[in-house]
Amino acid sequence: MKAKFLVPLLLFFALAAFLGFGLTLNPREVPSPLIGKPAPEFTLARLDQPEQRFALEEMRGEVWLLNVWASWCVACREEHPVLVRMAQQKLVPIVGLNYKEVRGDGALNVRGMALDTETDLAIQRARRWLTDHGDPYVLSVLDIDGRVGIDFGVYGVPETFLIDREGKIRYKHIGPITPEVLKQVLLPKIEEVRRAG
Amino acid sequence: MPADHYKEFALRTLRLAACALMFAGGQSAWAEGQPASDPGLAPTVAADLALEADVMELSHKLRCLVCQNQSIAESNAPLAVDLRDQVREQLAAGNSKQDVIDYVVARYGDFVLYQPPFRASTAVLWVGPALLLFGGAGWLAWRLRRRQEEVAADHGLSAAERERARVLLAGADEAAPKSESPESRS
Repeated sequence: MKAKFLVPLLLFFALAAFLGFGLTLNPREVPSPLIGKPAPEFTLARLDQPEQRFALEEMRGEVWLLNVWASWCVACREEHPVLVRMAQQKLVPIVGLNYKEVRGDGALNVRGMALDTETDLAIQRARRWLTDHGDPYVLSVLDIDGRVGIDFGVYGVPETFLIDREGKIRYKHIGPITPEVLKQVLLPKIEEVRRAG
Repeated sequence: MPADHYKEFALRTLRLAACALMFAGGQSAWAEGQPASDPGLAPTVAADLALEADVMELSHKLRCLVCQNQSIAESNAPLAVDLRDQVREQLAAGNSKQDVIDYVVARYGDFVLYQPPFRASTAVLWVGPALLLFGGAGWLAWRLRRRQEEVAADHGLSAAERERARVLLAGADEAAPKSESPESRS
């Protein structure tokens, strides 16, 4: 073994390769255990007609996106124009899940606020935001307390779920949908899910 | 997400301070056997202290997805508060601790568990350190033994060498003073 002195160097390179690979991973992107599973059932009040409720089954037979958003979410502002363009081009139906519109806003103190008052405030704020920035959604639903968000494993806004015709979650995107993400990840995934039936 | 990041970062310092306050406040309240009723301390503390102890025990085992290096017991992130409420609600409804853990894992994955389950994908994590330890110790033992053998082999002299060494050693004793006497040179 003439090259024995190289062993530590090789070990170093192996370690460096592992650590270098680790740098390319984003620890904040936690893989969802819900991929490939049926989307959690829910019925929530609609933002446009709060007296009506939306249930998951209404989208059965369609490949669609469930986009988690809130007016207080800064990163949503970044992705919103992309969603609006997607809607204009009719790429895929997008349902908005308005997540904790009022109590999620750190700037507001909602302690002791009645649920009705909070709901009214949420509707008002969410509608104004969609008027100001454009409404890319087929419809939005109100997740006032974030319970449906928890069922979907939401831990940050925005998040986007790709749901297939049978109501199964096929992909989850964490963070804003940028034009690059749309082109390189989301559209190919949508195509794949559509082709799969 | 990056923008949220900054917000998160700024809030974390505040949260730590808030946590410390809550902890101090909660401790004294508990010592008196009273749930904290001041809304400035903990927003939703169950009246039932045994239940609250279970909630905290479970919460310490669950990772906060927002802060990632804090458990939902330690974190005051909104999601952590929501999850603590869920834990409390489900325990109060009579679900077992395992049910509650399964509930959270079904939504957020094994990542939320500070003690990950033993699976094929986590085998390296669980077995790795022991393998390294015993593998390293075994390798070291083997190396040391081999070195000992090598050293022993190096010092093994042939019969001729042994004889020569004996002569040299014996001769050195007698030859040294001799070489100094002038007569021996002639």
